[in-house]
Amino acid sequence: MDSQSIATTPEELDRSVLPHAHEHPAFLRHHFEDVGQQREAASFGMWVFLLTEVMFFGGLFCAYLIFRNWYHPAFVAGSNTLDIALGTTNTAVLICSSFTMAMAVYSAEIRRRGQLILFLVLTILLGSVFLGIKAVEYHQKYVEHHIPGPSFSIQDFVHPTNPKAIPLAPDMAEKTQLYFFLYFAMTGMHALHMIIGIALLFIMVARASKGAYTEGHVIPVENFGLYWHFVDIVWIFLFPLLYLISRYR
Amino acid sequence: MTEKTQETHQDAEVHVVKPPIYLAIFLTLLALTALTTGISFIDLGVFNAVIALAIACFKASLVVLFFMHLHYSSRLLKLTVAAGIFTFLLLISLTMTDYISRAWGMF
Repeated sequence: MDSQSIATTPEELDRSVLPHAHEHPAFLRHHFEDVGQQREAASFGMWVFLLTEVMFFGGLFCAYLIFRNWYHPAFVAGSNTLDIALGTTNTAVLICSSFTMAMAVYSAEIRRRGQLILFLVLTILLGSVFLGIKAVEYHQKYVEHHIPGPSFSIQDFVHPTNPKAIPLAPDMAEKTQLYFFLYFAMTGMHALHMIIGIALLFIMVARASKGAYTEGHVIPVENFGLYWHFVDIVWIFLFPLLYLISRYR
Repeated sequence: MTEKTQETHQDAEVHVVKPPIYLAIFLTLLALTALTTGISFIDLGVFNAVIALAIACFKASLVVLFFMHLHYSSRLLKLTVAAGIFTFLLLISLTMTDYISRAWGMF
């Protein structure tokens, strides 16, 4: 109560200037009553940030929803050029990395430094594998001339080699460019979030090795975990929308 | 946790989620990924999209509730997340009312 009220009497003023009478950990900020309140406030702030991210990715998802309905044949044709094996593998890799991140949060909570570093490094490795597989997929698109822009070719959609594929009229085939634009925008923004996450993970490993998070101050690990799991959730929705729902039968 | 966090007000009480729960959620997520990929090769018409998105929503709920600890969080956090998702759905549905009610779409 004292830390929130304004000092009015001389005695109160005096007490507020003096060092705190009670013990508290070094990481507890002075504007918080206790560790629990600080943790609650930090989680709240992180969730509000993640909700702005929901709105950001949500705009892309909404654009995808509208254009997929407008140019359905083009979106089906575009979706079928993606490699479903690589997409499924990447989903599994990302879920594994979410698991190792959850275990890293647990390790910080039970104050095991070595275990925390192990799980953070495993998360870095799995995140890098995801980006590596994504790079292979992007390279395939480059080779096939499926990157939107001057080098984009509608040849594969007007004269498809897949016997199940329905040949598209040139004007509809042009709309596959819109599919690939959204594909690169959505997976690209997702990959950017992964790259930022991996960069933060390197900083966290360096700080964790000095024991920064295993003395009770788990908020940075916990909040980074929230961010990492959010990026996982974005992919959980991207994977069915981009790879699965338009398969040829 | 430590004795320090024990004495905090109960609203912000910290609950440490144990590894068996993480492991169970992890294996469920992997199984659902295999399931959704398998179903995508079966022709179910419009239900392919419906089922794929339903599985995705279920997977996302598992991640939010257990990996992101929302199941163990305070009511303030639960309400904040619910309000955010509600606002997002509101924005999507209001956008869609515009597109659905015009003749120049393919709806």
